[in-house]
This record gives sequence, structure tokens and C-alpha cells, in this order.
Amino acid sequence: MKYKSQKVAYWFFALSMLLLVLQITYGFIMGFARIGFDNLHDFIPFNTARAVHTNLLVVWLLSGFMGAAYYIIPEEAQRELVSVKLAYVQLISLAVVGVVAIVGYHFNYWEGRKFLEIPRPLDFLVVANVLLFLGLILVTLFKGKRKTTTALVLSMGLLFAALLYLPGMLPFDSQVTDSFFRWWVVHLWVEGVWELIMGGILSFLLIKLTGVDREVIEKWLYVIVGLTFLSGVLGTGHHYYYIGVNKIWLIVGGIFSALEPLAFLAMALFAVNMYRKGEKKHPNKLALYWTLGAAIVSFVGAGLLGFAHTLPQTNLYTHGTLVTAMHGHLAFWGAYGMIVLAIISYALPNLTGRKLYESTRGRAAYWLSNIGMIGMTVAFGVAGVAQVYLERKFGMDFMQVQGEISIHFVVLILCATIFTTGIILYVIDFYKHGRPNDEALELDN
Amino acid sequence: MLSKKQARAFFLGGTLVTFLVFIGLTVYSLSMSQDQSNHENITESVVRGKKIWEENNCMGCHTILGEGAYYAPELTKVIDRLNMKYDGQGEEVIKSILMSQVPWQPNGRKMVAYSMTEQEAEDMIAFFEWIGEIDLNGFDRIVSPLAKDRINN
Repeated sequence: MKYKSQKVAYWFFALSMLLLVLQITYGFIMGFARIGFDNLHDFIPFNTARAVHTNLLVVWLLSGFMGAAYYIIPEEAQRELVSVKLAYVQLISLAVVGVVAIVGYHFNYWEGRKFLEIPRPLDFLVVANVLLFLGLILVTLFKGKRKTTTALVLSMGLLFAALLYLPGMLPFDSQVTDSFFRWWVVHLWVEGVWELIMGGILSFLLIKLTGVDREVIEKWLYVIVGLTFLSGVLGTGHHYYYIGVNKIWLIVGGIFSALEPLAFLAMALFAVNMYRKGEKKHPNKLALYWTLGAAIVSFVGAGLLGFAHTLPQTNLYTHGTLVTAMHGHLAFWGAYGMIVLAIISYALPNLTGRKLYESTRGRAAYWLSNIGMIGMTVAFGVAGVAQVYLERKFGMDFMQVQGEISIHFVVLILCATIFTTGIILYVIDFYKHGRPNDEALELDN
Repeated sequence: MLSKKQARAFFLGGTLVTFLVFIGLTVYSLSMSQDQSNHENITESVVRGKKIWEENNCMGCHTILGEGAYYAPELTKVIDRLNMKYDGQGEEVIKSILMSQVPWQPNGRKMVAYSMTEQEAEDMIAFFEWIGEIDLNGFDRIVSPLAKDRINN
């Protein structure tokens, strides 16, 4: 690392790792419930496990994004963070909000709006927390020696993510309007501003790892985030087909959703091309694996599998089935999970001074987690397609269909075990790097 | 080839235009004349039902309007469906499930025992009734074989 204050990123990454492991644990609880082993029902019924699973996903990714910002912004702005102490305050408050929310879910303390289950009073704490984070990042950037495109895109993504949290807090009497604005948060986050964050982190990593000229990389970054917004904003329409609003969304959502894979395709081509163009042979191969992996898997998971059911004619049958879970798992893993693991892999040796660039464990972590996740996606996909045909084409009863497809969840659990082995190896690698220390300062370049 | 300045203009311009179009379409489709949800039928009881629905995170297992967790049945036309299955006793069945002190276990899959009061159960039914009347652009015909038959005949 080049600046002492970058050390704070380590603790955000550590929190991120902890929450990821918890998220996986709750995933297993749900998987077992689906094959009939619902022994924890009295303490952790399915709806609790589900809320914890999805909310932990959001919090571990956000914690990873925040860590990434605390690592990247000082280096891009060429100055220390304005206040390290406040960054630690922000970290602790993030952890506290997360823990209170997760514990609360076990005591029926929540607001059951998919993905936004955090109860209202805690929402205000989230807002305060994010404002503090943004303040630190933006003031550092403003006072910095230079303002790079990478830093601007990353900060813009984080700022919009914060602003777009607000529509989710509006109260509505109608389930239809409620749902309409809930997607302003959920969709515009994952298929809009989070892609800005991803693009920012990706371009930082490509600049560092490939040595390609910053100007070239940043030009393409603009094109890609431009494509993202162009398709993603009106693509929100694919959530509005069948929730009780105007038919106009069938056309608007259909057309713009069909364009969404383009942004991801551009991202994948961009990453691969920059890698091939690059002459600098950076020794951190693991970080490179995760970076290129994120760009490619996000195209398959978010781009292609998303497109597989966003046309209204298909979505009419797949809306509200396991097909959504199929797309969701590979999309989140590829686009956001892998990019967070990429920035951690890149930053960790620099923060701790232990240059464990190449290890069998690190490689095994990469391959096992990816193979496991692809297997899980296939299991969800087969279960989902079977569900669509049996339940929605042939009119079989919901519960009867669930019985027929439960075998696919045995496969899912097996694949999840492979995935988890990979993640555990990654976490061991993280732990083995040790703590960040001042001696790790890079004073040369 | 494209310059960095042009790339930035593409990003900023494209973003601004699509956001404005999105906001315009939002205003249009939420306007009174475009209402497909029978907004005037939202009674206090429906609102209370929605609140109970949220407070218990029913969406953590069920889906409604096709949104939720795919672990338990879609509830958009639940009253109609149970009426058909239980000979017009749909509402009574829903009430007994919601007021039950022990977990309801259809096909061995457990639902949390909510032990609701009679009033709460009635509010939930009011909520389901209102949901069941929304025009879902054809989705309700897919998730409810009953509705499909009714519309085709």
C-alpha cells in the first residue's frame, strides 16, 4: 500500500469475509429445509433464513465495496483519507446495524419487503452510516491531488447507491406501488449503480494488473457504464410486467432488458482485451484470475441467464419461480462476489506485506468456488424449468411439484458443499496473510 | 476512434436521457387514469392486512404478484383457489391456518404458527381479496388454473 490510511480497508474486508461465511450457513439451512430436513424450524423458520441469507449478501458486498473504496480512493487521489478514526466509527456502526438487523429477524423484528427487510428505525441508521462513509470518500477525493475517472465513477456509483436507498423508505398503502418503488432500490442497485462500482473497481484492478495506459482503460470504462445505464434504467420495466401496473412496461422492459447483456458483454471483452494488451507481468496471478473471472462470469450469470427470462413471453411463466434463483445466484456471484474477492486478493498482499501471490490453496479456492457455483446454478435451473412446466404449463399443484423437484436440491447441496470448500480455503488464505502493518508501505513507485 | 471526451458525453447524455424517460413513464403509469389495481377498493382492513403481511415477512416463503421466496404457494388468487378445493370454504380454511396454534404442515413443509386473532385473519383475507382483483396483464391466468378456465370459457 502507498498510504497508511488504506489499512482501514483490511477490517472492512475481514467483516465481509465473516458475513459471507454466515450467509452460506443460512443458505444450507434453506437447502436442507427444501429436502425435508427442517429441524431448525422452531428457531430459524424458512422466512428467517431467507431474510438473513439475502440481507447478509447485501451487507457483505457493501462492506467489500466500502473496503475497496477506502483502499482505492487514497491511491487514486494521492493523499491519506481525511479521517481514519471516523472510518473506524463507520465500520463499527455498519457491523452493529448488521448484527441488530440479523438478530432481529429471529424475533419477528423486520419489514417483510423482499431484500429490504431491515426494519424502519434501522433504515435511518443505515442512512447515517452511508452518509458518513460518503463524506469521508468524497472529501478525500475533493482534497486529493488528482481526480481520476476511475475514482469518479466509483464514487458516483456509491453516491447513487445511497440516494436510491431512499425510495425504498416511502410508505404506501398499495402493495402495487410499494412493489413498484421497492424495485427502484433493488433493481437500480444491482443492475445500475452497483455496476458503476464494479466498473470502477474493475478498471482500477486492470490498470494495476495489466499496466495498460490509464487513458485507454478509462475511456472504455465510460462506454461500459454508459451502456449499463442506457439499458439498465429502463430495463427496470422487466419487474413491472405482472405486478399490476401499465402494459407499457411489457414493451419498454422487454426491449431494454434485451440490451442489458450488451453492457456485460462489453465488460467481459474489455477485461480480456486489456489483459491481452497488457505488457506488465504483475506477479499477483490470483487477483488477475478473480478479476477476469468476475468480468466473464458476470456476462454469463447476469447477462445471458438474465436475458433467459426477461422477455415478457418467457417471464409470464418464470416470474416467481426457481428460475429467478438460478439467475440470481450466478449473477451476484459473478458480478459482485467475484469482484470483491478480486480486490481483496489484490489488496491483501499490499496491506500485510506478505506477498503470497501464488499458492495451491489460492488456486483451489478459485476453481472450487466457481465450479461449485456453476453446479448450483445448473441445479436451480433444472428445478426451475421443471417447476415451470409442471406447475404453469400442466397446472399441477404447487406443493406436488415441490415434491417432484426436491431431488435437485440434493444436487444443489452437494454443489454448495464444493462451493463452500472453495470459500473456506479463500478465508484461510485471508487469515494466513496476517494483519496489515505500516512496514508494508510501498515507497518506491 | 472514440475519444475519452466523447465517451464521457455518451455516458452522461445517455444516463440523463434514460433517467428522464424513466421518471416520465413512472408518472404516466402511476396516474389515476392508468390504475389497474382498483385503488379505490383499498379499505382500512386491506391496509391492516398488508401491514400484518409485512410484519410477519410472509414473502420470505410465499410469493404474491409473483414476488417472494418460492418456498410456499403463490397467494394472488388464493381465496378462489381454496374455494374450489374446499367447496366454497376458502376463507374459513385461510382463517384456521392463520389462527392455528400449531404449525400448518401441508405435504410436510412447515408454516410458522402465527396464532392470529379473528380480526387479524379477517384483515389478511381483505388483503387477499383486493390482491385477487388486480389486473396483472395475464399473469393471474398462469398461476391460477381456475382463473384460466373462467376466462377461456
